[in-house]
Amino acid sequence: MKFENQMQLKFDSLSINESFARSAVAAFCAQLNPTLDEITDIKTAVSEAVTNCVVHAYPKHLGEIEVWVGLNAQTVTIKVKDWGVGINDIEQAREPFFTTKQSDERAGMGFTVMESFMDTVSVKCEKNQGVEVVMTKKLHGKKTAVCGG
Amino acid sequence: MQVNSRIFQDTLYLSIHGELDEHSATYARKAMDEQLRDGLFKQVIIDLSELEFMDSTGIGVMIGRYKKMKERGIPVFISNPSPHADKIFKMTAMYEIMPRIN
Repeated sequence: MKFENQMQLKFDSLSINESFARSAVAAFCAQLNPTLDEITDIKTAVSEAVTNCVVHAYPKHLGEIEVWVGLNAQTVTIKVKDWGVGINDIEQAREPFFTTKQSDERAGMGFTVMESFMDTVSVKCEKNQGVEVVMTKKLHGKKTAVCGG
Repeated sequence: MQVNSRIFQDTLYLSIHGELDEHSATYARKAMDEQLRDGLFKQVIIDLSELEFMDSTGIGVMIGRYKKMKERGIPVFISNPSPHADKIFKMTAMYEIMPRIN
């Protein structure tokens, strides 16, 4: 697919970068004139995907997280990628309330939130190649006043 | 991220300010638990009117506090969630254990 505009970020897998990532994506998407609701949906979905990388992808050391955003007409495509340990069972990971870290008070709702707030969510994982989450959302935007004649 | 508290009659009010995500969760847990330690209240109301952002990590934090209070027989309620936080609470069926009050 061709994109009219795109941007890419790469940052360390530190939790402090979560707010940076979601705010940067939201600021980039602002050019599509989204509603506050749409922007909050996107921020939350990005936060979930980046949190997964921070918490699960690199258990023993710091790693890199890449966030790529492409805009095409009114559709936002967001890719969040890591090069970490991967997911054993993607189907299971996407189930509501499933978590591998119950003792850490984790809700296990990350993928469920992404699925609810975005139109599509796909997860790719190859052994020892990390995880790539691709999400899309069509924005309907704010209604702008039309001057009639 | 900041947690303010006050006790009025038998109720402990916890007000959460700022953004609740993986980064601020550790502080939020600690700050809330400090306020929850003393037993001079019979119910807890978590006020989210000043919460600017929350993702599912926040749900984990709420469940953790709920469990601690449940052991002591103290009910926990949620008040003033933003429309967005409300969506996440509904999606995760949190109001079944921590009902929303106004």
